[in-house]
Amino acid sequence: MSTFLNLLAYGLADGAILALAALGFVLIYKATGVINFAQGEFLLIGAYLMYTAWVVLGLPMVVSVLVGIVAATVVGVLVERLILRPMVGEDPISIIMVTIGLAMLLKAVVQMFYGTTPRSQPAVLPTGSVSVLGATLPVNRLLVILIAAVVLTAFTLFFSRSKHGIAMRAVADDQQAAMTMGISVRRIFALSWALAAVSAFIAGVLLADLSAVDQNIAAFGLMVFPVVILGGLDSVPGTIIGGLTIGLLTQFVSGYLDPGLATVIPYVVLVLILLVKPYGLFGETRIERV
Amino acid sequence: MAATATGIHHRSYTSELRLRATKAEYFRLGLTLALLVVVPFVLDNYWLSIVNTILIAVIGAVGLNILVGYTGQISLGQGGFLAVGAYTSAILTERYGVPVLLSVVAAVVATAAIGIFFGLPGLRLKGLYLAIATLASQVIIEFVVRRDPGGFLTEGAGYIDVARLNILGWQVERSTFEQQWYLILAIITVLAVVAARNLFRTGLGRSFMAVRDQDIAAEAIGVNLTRAKLTAFAVSSGYVGLAGALIAHYTEIVSWERFTLDVSITYLAMIIVGGLGSIAGAVYGAIFMSLLPVLIRTAAQQWGDAVPVLKDQLPAVQNALFGAVIIAFLIFEPRGLARLWQRAKDYVRYWPFRY
Repeated sequence: MSTFLNLLAYGLADGAILALAALGFVLIYKATGVINFAQGEFLLIGAYLMYTAWVVLGLPMVVSVLVGIVAATVVGVLVERLILRPMVGEDPISIIMVTIGLAMLLKAVVQMFYGTTPRSQPAVLPTGSVSVLGATLPVNRLLVILIAAVVLTAFTLFFSRSKHGIAMRAVADDQQAAMTMGISVRRIFALSWALAAVSAFIAGVLLADLSAVDQNIAAFGLMVFPVVILGGLDSVPGTIIGGLTIGLLTQFVSGYLDPGLATVIPYVVLVLILLVKPYGLFGETRIERV
Repeated sequence: MAATATGIHHRSYTSELRLRATKAEYFRLGLTLALLVVVPFVLDNYWLSIVNTILIAVIGAVGLNILVGYTGQISLGQGGFLAVGAYTSAILTERYGVPVLLSVVAAVVATAAIGIFFGLPGLRLKGLYLAIATLASQVIIEFVVRRDPGGFLTEGAGYIDVARLNILGWQVERSTFEQQWYLILAIITVLAVVAARNLFRTGLGRSFMAVRDQDIAAEAIGVNLTRAKLTAFAVSSGYVGLAGALIAHYTEIVSWERFTLDVSITYLAMIIVGGLGSIAGAVYGAIFMSLLPVLIRTAAQQWGDAVPVLKDQLPAVQNALFGAVIIAFLIFEPRGLARLWQRAKDYVRYWPFRY
């Protein structure tokens, strides 16, 4: 029973981070139609921005988080402006490839500055453990779940209540119609990249806090694909369900069966989903006509 | 047929169907063939080994371009398919004593079959979804060859040693290893490239291009979509399987490190940089992307003391440059080196006019 509760907490924490990472991915896909293979690298950049501000520059933690959020926003907007905007109207293969190129570039830049050795930074979240129903659960993982829940709720409220959020949904729905209503589609594109970078920053910092500040964070980003395929590429609630499912699945497989198998099981699920229900649980089915 | 300053004008269907239209193209073909013959006599073993790896990369890149450039089905599974080819051929020759020629054919067939399986999602999915499906195939195949469940592939060793190439009693010698391999690889590569070039003059090849340009319209004019897409996956993976088998026998060792996701991305970079939907482009791209690391390495040795980051962070510098090259080509010249070459020719032809 205590193993079960432990795996549950670990799985939910992983899932929460995955949901945050996938949220950025879905935001970009919904608004701009771009499949961002560099999402993992955005997490990596986020973690290293935090490390730079907090450990290298020695800023207080809260200030570092704010600096990191601003810097992540700048990175997101710059990427959109310099790399994705010239690609508008190109076919999906080219756009996928440009984000793959971006992923290589971002990862290599981080590596040039900090090398491949993991960096240690003081814990962001309080460590320690609480005992629940006879199981000792780590506090930081429970807090990760809480933080992710708060951030995801904030984003959901932003989409349903704020003017910008509604504008973003309008652009995602129909760019032409949104333009005629006076919405600046360009600004929405920039905004979605910025928001994606911010959610990736939060996910990156949380992930780095649970594991370490190193290149593996980018590899974690690849897990976003099973999540979004399961939940649906263009569904925000889908990221939460998908993230939690994949997070729990990997932890349970790793805990009860084989840790090695846990790395590949999400992709097996991915292939099965694609074969059975290609648009995921909540994705919009596209019907094409000539 | 007449080649004038304003372009090439065909006066009969036969002339239009010819593979090479102008004298200049024949001249260039002759030049290329002459170069291929001269290469083993001028280059030392180090450079010849690089040429040999380039030749294998050309086969792989041409195969990938058939799928991505001509059929419009993106694939991130190149590394995995190379692995299928390499492992199949290595296991058959080493463990079951199958003659090399047969095992290479078996590798081609096996990879084509696996390609078809992972191409199945492509029947319902396009572009983005397919990219993710093939990414999954890469991860799954990589996992299998890495974990090697039950020692089924490498019998627990983690790698397979492959014996020196022996075709019907003719053995590759240690002293002239690179030269003999060059001969084999050059012949296979030329055949593979010519076959691919001709594929797109057949009905099958044209149906691939119709699928790429507008698949639903292609179906409306009578192209069998299922058949076209799956054959494209089969042909393309077959090429990749051949490349994988050649890697196994040339390097004489098969281990999973050679077939990671990075390899898939490098191959995609080759066809992007060379030119999507162009056989010549795949060749240029394979040469360019294979020479790039060699050049960076040489530069690091030359100027490593002046620019320490070049030497200390060589892999990072290399990856950064790879990424930057991919991005730059996609933004500034999406049709790649093949198109640049075309533009250079046009510039000379129309000079002093701009167009």
